[in-house]
Amino acid sequence: MISDTEQASFSNGTSQPLLEIDGLKKYFPVKGGVFMKTRAQLKAVDDVSLSIQPGETLGLVGESGCGKSTLGKCVCRLYEPTAGHIRFRGDTISDLKGKALKPYRKDIQMIFQDPAESLNSRHSIGNILEEPLLIHGVREGRERRRKVASILDTVGLPADAVNRFPFEFSGGQRQRIGIARAISLNPQLVVCDEPVSALDVSVQSQILNLMMDLQKEFNLSYLFIAHDLAVVKHISDRIAIMYLGKIVEVGPAEDVFRNPLHAYTKALISAIPVPEPDAQRKHILLQGDVPSPIDPPPGCAFARRSWIPCSDEDLEKPGEFKEVSPGHWVEVHPATVENYQDYI
Amino acid sequence: MPESLLEVENLVTAFDTDAGQVTAVDGVSFTVEKGKTLGLVGESGCGKSVTALSIIRLLPQPMGKILGGRVLFGGRDLASVSEGEMHKVRGGQIGMIFQEPLTALNPVHRIGRQLSEVFLLHQDISKKEAWDRSIEILQKVGIPSPEIRVSEYPHQLSGGMRQRVVIAMALACKPSLVIADEPTTALDVTIQAQILELMKELQAEMGMSIIMITHDLGVIAETCDDVVVMYAGRVAEKGSVQDIFHRPSHLYTKGLLESIPRLENERKTRLQTIDGYVPGLLELPVGARFAPRSPHPNAAAYVESEAYRSERPGLIEIEPGHWVEDHPVVRVDQLPAKS
Repeated sequence: MISDTEQASFSNGTSQPLLEIDGLKKYFPVKGGVFMKTRAQLKAVDDVSLSIQPGETLGLVGESGCGKSTLGKCVCRLYEPTAGHIRFRGDTISDLKGKALKPYRKDIQMIFQDPAESLNSRHSIGNILEEPLLIHGVREGRERRRKVASILDTVGLPADAVNRFPFEFSGGQRQRIGIARAISLNPQLVVCDEPVSALDVSVQSQILNLMMDLQKEFNLSYLFIAHDLAVVKHISDRIAIMYLGKIVEVGPAEDVFRNPLHAYTKALISAIPVPEPDAQRKHILLQGDVPSPIDPPPGCAFARRSWIPCSDEDLEKPGEFKEVSPGHWVEVHPATVENYQDYI
Repeated sequence: MPESLLEVENLVTAFDTDAGQVTAVDGVSFTVEKGKTLGLVGESGCGKSVTALSIIRLLPQPMGKILGGRVLFGGRDLASVSEGEMHKVRGGQIGMIFQEPLTALNPVHRIGRQLSEVFLLHQDISKKEAWDRSIEILQKVGIPSPEIRVSEYPHQLSGGMRQRVVIAMALACKPSLVIADEPTTALDVTIQAQILELMKELQAEMGMSIIMITHDLGVIAETCDDVVVMYAGRVAEKGSVQDIFHRPSHLYTKGLLESIPRLENERKTRLQTIDGYVPGLLELPVGARFAPRSPHPNAAAYVESEAYRSERPGLIEIEPGHWVEDHPVVRVDQLPAKS
């Protein structure tokens, strides 16, 4: 959908992006029958192009099953992409394997949703935090322990945490440990997959503040994956909205929120429950549910759920990705934008 | 004068654990009015779900038990009626909606059979009639082609559709009260909007009261008339939704409201936080439980004092219908003006 030439103008600044994702696809085979033949392809990520600048936060928003976590795992190379390219500091990493990837592993780290599950419950915090240092060549024990102590301090945990185990900590503290582990190797990019959605409100804001502080201190870039738009808007410089494996709108955070263009983005924003009893509420209610990414409908994936009517003929037409203002891109289709005529 | 439907008075619920008895709900009182929605809000472990389970007497057995208080509903105390009588109340006069629709539905029975069961249990009708009513109620909760869906299994439906089926089950016998425990937490925002809208429509039509249990203040603001804010097993503050959101009077409520990221906030600014963490249920003091996290200058001294370990603060009515925990270190109006 997006050509390579367009990709160049896709980033926000003039400097070289830290991460470039170009036409990325990740399909999972759906197997069945007696011989477990591949029956269909689940198109989790289907032709996605995005970029992240050094020190920038790109928020990636979408509903469950839209492929946002799969995209994050492809960036960390926990998954091998089916097609397309991922470039990190200009080097293509999407086709590297095994040892060749190791130098990039420490530069791209991940924070997971549920810190209770992503921390090994049988290891002390000291062990958990020393392991990445050991793997990436900090051989001397004393040096490792010194580093661990300094990281614990950075994320706001007591020094005596090293001898304790994950279950001894609350959810918020465990997420601090997850963050400590991710930043211990001085990464440049951290992929955060729903880092605060399992936390209580009062703790969520502590963790978000910590993440913003760390970003300033270490010039980190974040790929911030979440479904909570208010959270994403708060922490992101740019926002990408994903629907059924595709990016439908991307742009500067303020632009996307103040002037959403895609019918899906508008519906998402209107659906957020506002913590104000007197707020004027006008929910845009979407029809039905997200279709299955196995054999998605032909043409524009969102058209059948959209609240903007279009002809049956148009339903089969694919949308076109267009830049409508600097850095603000949207999928243009009769059913995805109001006043379609103005876009063509 | 609003008519009350359910009155919870001084409810105390405890669990036996290996580490001793923990009091999950410690003297909670509130009133649900007819046709109104009451929100129970608080963070994990604050006792909001246990309060609901106590009302309908579905506490995990044998660990959980109601140690004290009354649950007045339709002239009876549900905390002390027989199990047989309670059986009739559940699903009959009180309907329930749980967070995860997949666990609330039986995977090996057709939707229609599960719905029919509710009708057959509470009403004297034939199987055929029950089946027809199932189709009717599915239609009512907005399930397309209900006559086909009624013969399907839960796994054949999407998450949003399953939650509609659970709502259909809760409403089958036209209950006067529905208890909804995080009914939309497992759902996506667009589906959440559909479900909340549906619940509002059904409430307007059928006139039932709802107890809405959630940690999401946005959902509370959108759906509730009255709100009870719980903290560490107790009521921190209660009042109308306007009282709570516009004039929060407990420092915990105020902290919660200030710590949510809002769309109109300036991006990348520091968010307000509440220091510290929710206390564990085994280490709860008798005194004002929010004190260790309170920004009040006297809070630290109070936590060190004997009163913190021995004196329990009550609730005080600061304006009609608006109650707050009565201790200076947790009250917003007792906070000294910033110099």
